[in-house]
Amino acid sequence: MRPLLAHLRLELALLARNGESLLLTLGVPLLLLLFFANVDVLPIDGEPIAFLAPGVLALAMLSTALVNLAISTAFEREYGVLKRLGTTPLGRPRLLGAKTLAVLVVEVVQLMVLWSLALALGWEPSPEPAFLAAFVLGTVAFAGLGLCLAGSLKALTTLAAANGLYLVLLLLSGMVIPLDELPAPVRTLARLLPSGALTEAVRGTLTAGTSVPGRAWAVLTAWAVAGPVLATRLFRWE
Amino acid sequence: MAAVEVDGLTVRYGGVTAVDAVSFEAEAGQITALLGPNGAGKTSTVEVLEGFRRPAGGRTAVLGLEPRADHAALTRRVGVMLQSGGVGPGVRVLEALRHAAELYDDPFDPAALLERVGLTGTERRTWRQISGGERRRLALALALVGRPQLAFLDEPSSGVDPQGRLAIREVVSGLRDDGVTVLLTTHDLDEAEKLADHVVILDHGTVVAAGSPVALMTGAAVDEVRFAAPAGLDTAALAARLGVPVREVSAGEYLVAGAGTPTLVAALTAWLAEHDLPLGDLRAGRQRLEDVFLRLVADRTTTAEATPPTGRPGAPATTEPPAGRRTRASGRRRDPS
Repeated sequence: MRPLLAHLRLELALLARNGESLLLTLGVPLLLLLFFANVDVLPIDGEPIAFLAPGVLALAMLSTALVNLAISTAFEREYGVLKRLGTTPLGRPRLLGAKTLAVLVVEVVQLMVLWSLALALGWEPSPEPAFLAAFVLGTVAFAGLGLCLAGSLKALTTLAAANGLYLVLLLLSGMVIPLDELPAPVRTLARLLPSGALTEAVRGTLTAGTSVPGRAWAVLTAWAVAGPVLATRLFRWE
Repeated sequence: MAAVEVDGLTVRYGGVTAVDAVSFEAEAGQITALLGPNGAGKTSTVEVLEGFRRPAGGRTAVLGLEPRADHAALTRRVGVMLQSGGVGPGVRVLEALRHAAELYDDPFDPAALLERVGLTGTERRTWRQISGGERRRLALALALVGRPQLAFLDEPSSGVDPQGRLAIREVVSGLRDDGVTVLLTTHDLDEAEKLADHVVILDHGTVVAAGSPVALMTGAAVDEVRFAAPAGLDTAALAARLGVPVREVSAGEYLVAGAGTPTLVAALTAWLAEHDLPLGDLRAGRQRLEDVFLRLVADRTTTAEATPPTGRPGAPATTEPPAGRRTRASGRRRDPS
């Protein structure tokens, strides 16, 4: 337990010290929320904040569990950090455990900040318990995919790929742009992406009068299984 | 039982054999040095022992255990200093060492260990901000913080300034006094000669010699005397006087092809005295480890370099003694690094 907590502490200390990752995990979602809630350019019927807030929460999870985790882990591999830790009694299960906990801690902070801002902007959520399931499944799926990138590509390639993926998923997942606005084939693709399914699940479990299609739960669960399985197969430690 | 046993170890990368049937032992409580030029197979060998690499053949035992299968048990008893890196750029010195200390049951006090490796005063600086030599010293401290029984140190002082090198050597010598077994790799002859109880010389993936530095130097004694004096001496006259051939192998460096008996040395110094010549340096019988090393290792690499069209680095050894002398005669004493 002590090694795991020691590593969790180091992970969080480094995250807090890393300006770029804070910008990505908190800055971008905050900015998007503020901008689109006040500038009425999105093709949304009704209150923009009701549509935006759940999407931005899903985006925050994408940035932390996938993009941030992928980039930081890829550089740790490049710097030989993972290799050195492999020679200590920390072990892989506790290393991955500490990383997962660090992601969850950051996500909880993100949720609290973004949730509060959304409330201040007039959001009226009606959260269901299933939101927690969406939160966990989405985190596991994204973290698995992030570790696939970090484990199989070079650090700079991971940096580029993760940021590129972030932008693509941001546009194609119904987070800020409604899926109905997308061409039909793209919309079908979007519903099969983990980010698209997560956005549907988050929006459905937080918005009164909407429910989550069974398909979204199935897609999200499939990614939550496939991501980690793929990661353990692809991941190289040095 | 030796702390590390390596028997017929072979490591391949694709079609390239990096380590070819290497066998040696590292005795408990001793400092063993794997010495060889870059690419000799030192790091590949150590990485097998650390459990990172799966060998193509051979048997290895570390503290009586199998490096890969018993990796988890070994991490508590073995400290590892990697050849480079190992710490993220934004991590502070003391932070890194405290973190490592928390991974072990009975660690050294981080602050005291920092003092031992001479890093007091750098506690708050990050890996990015400290010098290459300071990074090596932190890497050494990270390897030792868990009170290991056995330490693998991969090139512990490479790229370190002389002062830092001295500090690192003192710490490593101190490990022997504490009963810690050390297996280090180096291409620094001086380091192996000064630090190690046992030296294993590797070249092109094979063991070319092994023994204590003294045994290696004495055992390699050859019938020759080397001395330094002003350049351009009349070697023919000197040879006539001594009754054995004399060559000026490079400007001011001479080689007398005879056994270094007191009689020969007396005759040599007498001749120099008669001609009122200063004697710069005189070596007979026992050689420095560097001479042994150059004879064993540098010959083929130099030969290969000198004849680029046909020479290949892996060419069969042509280690007859004259080749070694030619190496030195060319005046290009090859830096083994």
